[in-house]
Amino acid sequence: MYEDMVTARLYEERLQEEYMEGKRPGFDISAGDIPGELHLAAGQEAAAVGVCHHLRDDDTVTAPHRPHHVAIAKGVDLKRMTAEIFGRETGLCHGKGGHMHLFDPDVNFACSGIIAQGCPPAVGAGMAAKKRNTDSVAVAYLGEGAIDQGGFLESLNMASVHDLPVVFVIEDNDWAISMPKERVTSPQDGSARADGFDMHGVRVDSDDARAVYEAGAEAVGRARDGNGPTVLEVQVHRRMGHFMGDPETYRPEEDQERAAERDSIERLAADMREFGIDDEELEEIRDRAAERVDEAVTWAKQQPLPEPEAAHDHVFTNPPSGVTDEEPEFSDAGAAAGGDD
Amino acid sequence: MSSQEQQQTGRTATMSDAMVEAIASEMRADEEVFYMGEDVADYGGIFDSTTGLLDEFGRDRVMDVPISETAYLGAAVGAAQAGMRPIAELMFVDFFGVAMDQIYNQMAKNTYMSGGSFSVPMVLTTAVGGTYNDAAQHSQTLYGTFAHLPGMKVVVPSTAYDAKGLMHNAIRDDDPVVYMFHKRLMGIGWMPAPDGPKTPVPEEEYTIPFGKADVKREGDDVTVVTLGLHVHRALEAAETLADEGIDAEVIDLRTLKPLDRETVVESVRKTGSLVVVDEDYQSYGVTGEIISSVAESDIEALEAVERVAVPDVPIPYSRPMENAVIPGAEDVAEAVRSVGE
Repeated sequence: MYEDMVTARLYEERLQEEYMEGKRPGFDISAGDIPGELHLAAGQEAAAVGVCHHLRDDDTVTAPHRPHHVAIAKGVDLKRMTAEIFGRETGLCHGKGGHMHLFDPDVNFACSGIIAQGCPPAVGAGMAAKKRNTDSVAVAYLGEGAIDQGGFLESLNMASVHDLPVVFVIEDNDWAISMPKERVTSPQDGSARADGFDMHGVRVDSDDARAVYEAGAEAVGRARDGNGPTVLEVQVHRRMGHFMGDPETYRPEEDQERAAERDSIERLAADMREFGIDDEELEEIRDRAAERVDEAVTWAKQQPLPEPEAAHDHVFTNPPSGVTDEEPEFSDAGAAAGGDD
Repeated sequence: MSSQEQQQTGRTATMSDAMVEAIASEMRADEEVFYMGEDVADYGGIFDSTTGLLDEFGRDRVMDVPISETAYLGAAVGAAQAGMRPIAELMFVDFFGVAMDQIYNQMAKNTYMSGGSFSVPMVLTTAVGGTYNDAAQHSQTLYGTFAHLPGMKVVVPSTAYDAKGLMHNAIRDDDPVVYMFHKRLMGIGWMPAPDGPKTPVPEEEYTIPFGKADVKREGDDVTVVTLGLHVHRALEAAETLADEGIDAEVIDLRTLKPLDRETVVESVRKTGSLVVVDEDYQSYGVTGEIISSVAESDIEALEAVERVAVPDVPIPYSRPMENAVIPGAEDVAEAVRSVGE
């Protein structure tokens, strides 16, 4: 768990450096090796590992526009994910998706860049598991800003009425871009939304990874045992702007300081020391994580960019006749899960 | 004689400044005008669509709203039907899916369904366009989608001068107006704009009527019809072509609904050749509409025709692929050469 958190933090610090390459002077979002928006999750790692560490490869996770920490905790291929973020041909999505549209069928991981729209597909994954009598579960990640979106509320009802093995994890970082939750949502406790849908709701009031791990065990266990869905909200901290380049002029300085002071990684390290794990071991974990990050980035940057005409591939699984020379072949099996509108 | 030449020179402004100036002016003149959207208050709009409005008008009239597009766009419809003049912002046009019912089953149809007993005097502002590698869920223009559905007026400014006049007109109009501003044209610090959109803008208020295209460049050889960002790409292409002895006329549609078919037909009668350039998907869209309008009106006048648009694929993330699908100035020039042969 600690290793995944450290990996996520180091990974994003490295992405931040790579992202700024070629964008200065005067930040240009469309320049550099990693163009487009970049949403980083420093301060939110506990919510990712505390739940995902109870999951198997056959469990589904849908992540929103800030997905790296969740992807790492779920076991998404780090090299191919990095290549995707660099827009390379060998990336998870062959350069089609980018950082907020990561898809890895090997571990049943999908994203949506549209607020709360990863929730319905998670309900669908839960539905498939139930229909097939497997004990797979589905987890939908969303921010506290997304709990006012119809897609989330409709999904709660659907999961509840069908008693589906779904966990909705709300990462409450207090901010919907520039809007503090007290100004846009009522009540502010997202887990209380569960009450209205006759399902379990629990809030972990701090980003203590161990507390999240315990709450995650209960929620995932409940789903796996066929005892229905849960809303699990975790208070996390957004240590950075909403996206790279966000001036954060709307954010009181003390709030930024507060987020910077509370570090779930430091907190977990302190706990581990209490359990007798010495600094040397912690350092080893950090080195291992740093090496893995470096390997992934180095590999990704060596990968080729896609050919321009590759833009025409993958619109369909069975391209209609006339688009290609190939006769369409219809497989017997249903399409793989994991698409988002 | 284009509007650019008619206006007094002097103070120049970015498209964002011009648009905000019109909004502020209407808000001063009419207490019933107010602005709703995500991050429009303290942040001033993610794409600088509301810079400074909160300071002047306060939270009652410049409202941050929950990420609940169905609720707040629908609320705009209700307030408009009650006689107010709301402006509601959909942060990216790509997010239309979460609220399309309110947009096209309520906003666009209530006047008609009520037999004219209700009006819906609101403006729906929304950011459109790609060119900065934000991938398939944050890069569309969807011009054709909105223009296709009856009951909404659709406005797409390409310069500061046009943005201001069209916004005044949009707010005063008694019908729902979808005002689509291209991110790349706004003059945002972190997304450098081309030189074109920053134009002289008179201090005083003025309106630009809907349904009046603007000839941005006069020419005798080929008619190029386009809108939004691609007005500037077409003008760039026209400069290149002028060196080759090809004199291209560039028409900026400015509004899609109502559509100024007449100006286009007149121009084609003069040049004989038509190139339509669009940053939207090609099939069933603006390009087909313009070409069929000319064909229906005066098929004899049309000797050659080409269209340059996004092929029917979602917008890919990686730069080589995005550059391949979004028409560039060279693609426009190539099409003009081919109809000129």
